[in-house]
Amino acid sequence: MSETKIKISDLHKAFGKKVVLNGIDLEVAKGESLVVIGGSGTGKSVLIKCIQGLLVPDSGSIEIDGEETVGVDKHRQEELHSKMGMLFQGGALFDSLSVWQNVAFSLLENKKMPAKEARTEAVRVLRQVGLAPDVADLSPSELSGGMQKRVSLARVIATRPEIIFFDEPTTGLDPIMADVINDLIIETVKGLGATALTITHDMASARKIADKIAMLYQGKIIWQGTVKELDKTDNPYVKQFINGSSHGPIKVEI
Amino acid sequence: MSNKIELFLRALGKPLVKFISSLGDLTIFIAQSVYNCLTPPFYFKLMGKQLIDIGFYSLPVVGLTTIFAGMVIALQSYTGFARFGAESGVASVVLISVTRELAPALSGLMVAGRIGAAMAAEIGTMRVTEQIDALVTLSTNPFKYLVAPRIIAGIIVLPVLVLIGDVIGIFGGYVVCVYKLGFNPANYINSTLQNLESLDIITGVVKAAVFGFIITLMGCYNGYKSRGGAQGVGEATTNAVVSASILILIFNYIITELLFAK
Repeated sequence: MSETKIKISDLHKAFGKKVVLNGIDLEVAKGESLVVIGGSGTGKSVLIKCIQGLLVPDSGSIEIDGEETVGVDKHRQEELHSKMGMLFQGGALFDSLSVWQNVAFSLLENKKMPAKEARTEAVRVLRQVGLAPDVADLSPSELSGGMQKRVSLARVIATRPEIIFFDEPTTGLDPIMADVINDLIIETVKGLGATALTITHDMASARKIADKIAMLYQGKIIWQGTVKELDKTDNPYVKQFINGSSHGPIKVEI
Repeated sequence: MSNKIELFLRALGKPLVKFISSLGDLTIFIAQSVYNCLTPPFYFKLMGKQLIDIGFYSLPVVGLTTIFAGMVIALQSYTGFARFGAESGVASVVLISVTRELAPALSGLMVAGRIGAAMAAEIGTMRVTEQIDALVTLSTNPFKYLVAPRIIAGIIVLPVLVLIGDVIGIFGGYVVCVYKLGFNPANYINSTLQNLESLDIITGVVKAAVFGFIITLMGCYNGYKSRGGAQGVGEATTNAVVSASILILIFNYIITELLFAK
């Protein structure tokens, strides 16, 4: 368990004058599920986009399996992407493709699997996330929000990634559906033996899926520990956040 | 006083810096697009879909535009030539103006409105709903998957549209001359064929290929760079059509100048 999968040191990123990440240090062990919590606009999304190479950090280092990923060439970047999968907040399903083509996207485009085989595989993965085979031929726009999340998760599973990023996986879902997605996330991560990095501000979800929790505030990781430690901490920032109080050291910029 | 000057210079400088930086952005985008159009992997299936979208479904629009352009040219030049008793020149005026100018320029503008807007809206929506990021995380290069098929299809299919437009436009002139102005059909066709020069056709085709590049490039670029939800996509769509239309008119002149100025 102690093998380090992702190691981030002194990561900086600014957009113009707005400093978003101001020296992030973070480690995720192999097979661990880390949840990064923090308010809206604290740079959680920017953090995972940097790790995936969707954004280029201004300075600092990101190592995956001990390999520096900041500044690698495009070709290597593409290989690194095949190690990673991401569940986007809005699902980000390709609306020009049917559900099964979405799930099988990587199999069809990268592995050049024949369509028939890819479809069978897609249906199998869809069943794994609790969707019946008859949704396979629908278009993503015909699905509800919860179903879209499931399809998006199926698309991630189909690539068998070593690292999965979850971008606010429960935002916009009702509490019950949110819990179903939480269960699915746990199942998926355990099933694949993957390392998971989730960003969320939904504390119920964070408690459920996290091995470890880290809190991001003003571009820095100000606290990290296990769920048990979370409840005992006397860090005023963390306390205010988990209690959802408007009074405390965190000032909401209006 | 100096404060006012500073404010004035700032107001002047800000858009200038913005303009130059977006020009640089566009240049990088063009370089990336061209590179990705020329290197594998190629997505032939997507290219085929674009060929049908841009080409086949634009046929009615291009047909209508060119037929009326040909008709109006016939009518106008007839009233002009009739003053000098030179009605026989109408056929060749229709031929030259349709093949060299009207078919490529009007088809280009119509397709820019139809296709440029659709592309910017589609790619822009993919950008704001993170579908482009999703492509990247699935190890697919969005330039190869989204941009290259569109640009290649545009360059291939616009010349074909213009060739069809040429025929329809000339037919429009024929209809007006024969059925309204009472020309002899055989004479009209004869003088059209006699004046037919390959340079006229080639000019139109070259222009069309350039316009195809401009339209698809502007559609993809504006969509790709769009930011900020529905409003951003709306802006991208407008910019795609406006910039493509202006560039079409500018390059229409430049190409004419290059081919005919002696």
